[in-house]
Amino acid sequence: MNARTKKLIYNSVTFGIVILAFVLCNMFYGDMSRSLRGQLIPICCWIVMAVSLNLVVGISGELSLGHAGFMSIGAFSGIVVSGWMLHGFQVEDETLRLVIAIVVGGVMAGIFGVLIGIPVLRLRGDYLAIVTLAFGEIIRNVLNCVYASVEGEKLILGFIDPNLPGKMLLNGPNGAVSVGKIATFAAGFILILIALAVVLNLVNSRTGRAIMATRDNRIAAESVGINVTKYKMIAFVTAAVLAGMAGALYGLNYSTLIPGKFKFDQSINVLVFVVLGGIGNTLGSIISATVLTMLPELLREFADYRMLVYAVLLIAMMLITNTPASRAFFNNLKGIFRRKDLEQTVRGSRAAGKGADRNE
Amino acid sequence: MSETIRRRNADTKMVPVPSQSIIPERDLDKMPVLECKHLGIEFGGLKAVEDFNLTIGKTEIAGLIGPNGAGKTTVFNLLTKVYEPTRGSVMINGIDMHGMDTVAASKHGIARTFQNIRLFSNMSVEDNVRIGLHNQVKYGMFSGILRLPAFWKKERQQHEKAMELLSIFGMQDMGDVPAGSLPYGAQRRLEIVRALATNPSLLLLDEPAAGMNPHETQELMDNIIKIRDKFQIAVMLIEHDMNLVMGICEGICVLNYGKIIAKGTADEIQSNPVVIEAYLGKQKEAGKNAAPAPETEDPGKEAAQA
Repeated sequence: MNARTKKLIYNSVTFGIVILAFVLCNMFYGDMSRSLRGQLIPICCWIVMAVSLNLVVGISGELSLGHAGFMSIGAFSGIVVSGWMLHGFQVEDETLRLVIAIVVGGVMAGIFGVLIGIPVLRLRGDYLAIVTLAFGEIIRNVLNCVYASVEGEKLILGFIDPNLPGKMLLNGPNGAVSVGKIATFAAGFILILIALAVVLNLVNSRTGRAIMATRDNRIAAESVGINVTKYKMIAFVTAAVLAGMAGALYGLNYSTLIPGKFKFDQSINVLVFVVLGGIGNTLGSIISATVLTMLPELLREFADYRMLVYAVLLIAMMLITNTPASRAFFNNLKGIFRRKDLEQTVRGSRAAGKGADRNE
Repeated sequence: MSETIRRRNADTKMVPVPSQSIIPERDLDKMPVLECKHLGIEFGGLKAVEDFNLTIGKTEIAGLIGPNGAGKTTVFNLLTKVYEPTRGSVMINGIDMHGMDTVAASKHGIARTFQNIRLFSNMSVEDNVRIGLHNQVKYGMFSGILRLPAFWKKERQQHEKAMELLSIFGMQDMGDVPAGSLPYGAQRRLEIVRALATNPSLLLLDEPAAGMNPHETQELMDNIIKIRDKFQIAVMLIEHDMNLVMGICEGICVLNYGKIIAKGTADEIQSNPVVIEAYLGKQKEAGKNAAPAPETEDPGKEAAQA
């Protein structure tokens, strides 16, 4: 079993789990509680968010704390486009509106990703985290001042001034009003598949290797002719586009949505999904995004202590998955499957080393 | 100890060229791969490299030696554009490198290895070489995401090329091993393979034999010559192992305190009193105080015996 087969198995398992989950959800849709049903689409959105942030944090190795900013750009541009199509052009077809809204949300977030990325990706480490954090907050505050309305076929945008003619779509700090709930679980499922295909295919290609090279060793990557800023930018913008698409789906799942929904803590939430799922591990991101999105709902019976219990559970999970005992357990589990493989590798390297590794 | 030196390039005839350098006679009618003129860099008043003039022939194996802190690695960093020189010029294959960055230097044919190994240690051996092939076998990002035919074709090409390059050092069976788990010597060899993957015309090796045992060093010497003959490229190496330098370098350049103190063939360098002085101190003192400094022990012996 070589590295390529391993990757293929990992990718198949990831896709398989997602498809299986979708099928199971559809089969037992009738048996689900109301609150769980309501969670399905947000779970899809957060999975896409986690998978895309993993591309930035795990694959390109930059800490971004403004991912919710891209999500809100996608959400509000998606809502505006969908409302414009409905009120301006009388497009009644919900699927068409949803698809176009998601595409526009992705494109808008991508444009902002480029604009933010140009100055930001020249920074390194903590500075990048600080600037992306500020970006998320700026976006939220700017969206608090944006008004949009449709009159006839015309889209009217206003900044700070709320007195716009026609049908209001965006109402500043009161957010988007009278948006149809047109998001569907199937759309969420397809979006996850698209995000997975993009991220996994990107990672296992020339571009993905270049991105990982800049993460592992910037100086060596430059020395073999890899343009570090360009590849960090590719990862950043791809993640922004996916976040924007997830945002559009998220926005169209609610009848009202305020910019205050995408606060700093949402960015941190996504980061928690990524870290708990294992940095760089796409399947882990999916699982942790699912579990951690459902957890606050399942903890509803704790009422006021809900977030307290959530926090304690988070800490407990981090500790438990990281103790030597649990690590040994997981390694043993892996060992059962990998022992034969490892033996082959060692034998191969011994033969090829021609005894050259004697003094190591 | 001089007897143990197997001179592999002893028959090379070196001829002088205008910039106070010597290059192999066979390279005379070809464009020199590297021409440094009055190259220099200052770090806040400290002249790390000063008035560095050197010409390297198309297929020459050149050595850059000198005591610790002489500025050898700084020269490499100047050539690969990690630093922008404050003075002088560098020409690679006749093209002025002024204003280029590291990426451009790589595209113009300069490849290097590092003194402290810089591999992509979490990635497999093959992926390390494939990253070296980044600018050689190209396809776009969308071909990769959408898995277009170009992706499959170029991936196969990358795989074949990577295996071909790895086979130089007999490492073609280790493609799936994580680079970080390789033994030290193999990591050094992999770095050379990765540098070769960028299709260079000048290969810079920064202490390629550091930490290798004599057996491995012998093998490395053969391989450096093999690489030069196979790819018809120039190799410039920094090394403290005088067996290796005297054994394979055709032209040797000695650096001390950022200045070139001697240039010549292995025989000339070994008998050059200025070089001996740089390594051992003045002859008078050397007589009184026989023990040389630990880090210059090897070259000192060599130079003294010449």
